[in-house]
Amino acid sequence: MAIQYKPGKEPHPKEHRLIFRNVDRVDWNPSMERFLAEGGYEQLKKAVTMEPKAIIEEVKTSGLRGRGGAGFPTGVKWTFIPPNNTKPVYLICNADESEPGTFKDRYIIHQDPHQLIEGMAISCFAVGAHMAYIYIREEFPEGAQILEKAIAEAHEKGFLGKGICGSNYDLEIYVHRGAGAYICGEETGLIESLEGKRPYPRIKPPYFPAALGLYMCPTIVNNVESLCHVKHILEMGGAEYAKLGTPRNNGTRIVCVSGDVQRPGYYEIQVGKVTMSEVIRDMCGGLKPGRSLKAIIPGGSSAKVLRADEVFKLKQPDGSVKELTIWDIPMDFDTIAQCGSMAGSGGVIVMDDTRSMAWVLNNLNNFYAHESCGQCTPCREGSLWMKKISDRIAAGNATPEDVQQLENVAYQIDGKTICAFGEACSWPTESFIAKFRGELIAQTDSGKQGKIFNRESQVAAAPLAATR
Amino acid sequence: MTLPPALLEKIDEAITHYPVSRRSAVLPLLHLIQHHFGYIEPEAVHFVAEKLELQPIQVLEVVTFYPGFRQTAPGKYHIRVCRTLSCAMAGSYELMESLCQATGIDRSHTDHHHPIAVSPDGKFSIEFAECLASCGSGPVCMVNDDFHEAITPDKTPGLLAKYQG
Ligand SMILES: Cc1cc2nc3c(=O)[nH]c(=O)nc-3n(C[C@H](O)[C@H](O)[C@H](O)COP(=O)(O)O)c2cc1C
Ligand code: SF4
Ligand code: FES
Repeated sequence: MAIQYKPGKEPHPKEHRLIFRNVDRVDWNPSMERFLAEGGYEQLKKAVTMEPKAIIEEVKTSGLRGRGGAGFPTGVKWTFIPPNNTKPVYLICNADESEPGTFKDRYIIHQDPHQLIEGMAISCFAVGAHMAYIYIREEFPEGAQILEKAIAEAHEKGFLGKGICGSNYDLEIYVHRGAGAYICGEETGLIESLEGKRPYPRIKPPYFPAALGLYMCPTIVNNVESLCHVKHILEMGGAEYAKLGTPRNNGTRIVCVSGDVQRPGYYEIQVGKVTMSEVIRDMCGGLKPGRSLKAIIPGGSSAKVLRADEVFKLKQPDGSVKELTIWDIPMDFDTIAQCGSMAGSGGVIVMDDTRSMAWVLNNLNNFYAHESCGQCTPCREGSLWMKKISDRIAAGNATPEDVQQLENVAYQIDGKTICAFGEACSWPTESFIAKFRGELIAQTDSGKQGKIFNRESQVAAAPLAATR
Repeated sequence: MTLPPALLEKIDEAITHYPVSRRSAVLPLLHLIQHHFGYIEPEAVHFVAEKLELQPIQVLEVVTFYPGFRQTAPGKYHIRVCRTLSCAMAGSYELMESLCQATGIDRSHTDHHHPIAVSPDGKFSIEFAECLASCGSGPVCMVNDDFHEAITPDKTPGLLAKYQG
């Protein structure tokens, strides 16, 4: 029988609902009964009778790549636990969902928590973890309660706790709430936070979580959506799952579209089987009446911006060059990377011709200045400088040299920091300047030379002036 | 600062989630205390430190780092408006303005270290938050633990009407 969705929330015909199968369903709720009625926990029952190595093999065969941001193959990550390890192994579900533009894990947690817990339990069994944490952002208070209730239900039914499903495998899962800091999404910052400290990311090497993670023990950190996929991989078999999507870009993923489109929202697609045009024009109903496309950020705010009129020249394996417009880009990992950006967390932010790029960049730079953890000088100081300069540009108080200065600052962060936040905060500035330099400079005024316009620096300069 | 027995019980239960290191319970304990008292006062920092066998600074440095912990009392209803790009494009700055006007809140003295402004009657307080992971339905905001989507400025009266008690 066909699944019924709430009116106005029906999936688009070009969607392929696997992870979001139960999101916005009419007859659905997050209870254990409802989940069990549709084959819930059957894959966990099967998993505990398998060899853990065999599950890892299935996940490798499936080609699943992490949905949290970096797109790293999940099965491969799992094999990084040192083979002669004698310490306890931990698994952490990254439910920090804080990359601007991303809103998918929210719906899994609120509407289908048992899918996540089943996926997690299977993954824990595969990597040999007996204790796992769900690190959920503080701004999901209801989500944390729903997960806690689901965990309690799973305990009652013997899907968690001692001797899961009659096996001799034990597992406990706890919910751990963050406290409003974006950097807790970075896996080593997350681990520090879970240890009760400031979430200062750790330097890699040596602190790769799979070797030296939580309490310096091997730790696997995976995104909510990634862990849910594991359940479906086991159900379908890795090889069958790999037929979804395109080569090296297998499976489905949830694309979240926000900004200047008629129907913003979440759309689950086969990776690479749907183009940007199909997402924006067909699924989201196109741009607003009378507007035209200006730019798209394709993978969360940290991904480099794409300009509407760019032509992307892609080298093909046979040496030839294929030209793509922004509309032709398949929504996968590799092509978006070849176009100079990244698929990241799946957050697509669309901007039309009414948007000022100085204003957009300024909004993002305010975000990064607020969220830098402050450990590395280039990132701590640079993100603040970028905010201050772009504040000036957006306010019309900058000089043309400020744009150059802004670009210089960005390039002094990228590649020189402990964690990938350095890239995340400098890529927006680097790409907005590379692609919209003329527009930014047009907003400046060479007559402003030598004047101080930041409130903070004015305040700071006042006592100095008095002593002169 | 007196902690009721029910809260103490929750605190002891939370500590059991971290059998390897009590220190891991810093955030959960601070959450429980903030949920009860509305903010974290110095005495609470000492309480958590003693409970988890830590130095007070190890707790205080957590309180001061995370935007989710407050050291001053918020209003009875604490509003967080998403400031980040998609919501800003949908009108979240205008929403902030309209909420401040309707509640009589003056945000001119807020800054990075003091982000919260309280209404003269102490009923409402407000701050900007960064992306709340619902960018497709902006502008979004939270009032205490409740989440609200598509709150364009014209919906301000309707939103505040829900919080009149
Ligand atoms: C600054 C920063 C923020 C991040 N935020 C998140 C996040 O909110 N959620 C998430 O799943 N991954 C986030 N990541 C990626 C994680 O570090 C990690 O790679 C991911 O959780 C691994 O899971 P996956 O392999 O399943 O994608 C972030 C990374 C960086 C550098
Ligand atoms: S790059 Fe930035 S966020 Fe990352 S550790 Fe350094 S200062 Fe912190
Ligand atoms: S930008 Fe407001 S929820 Fe993401």
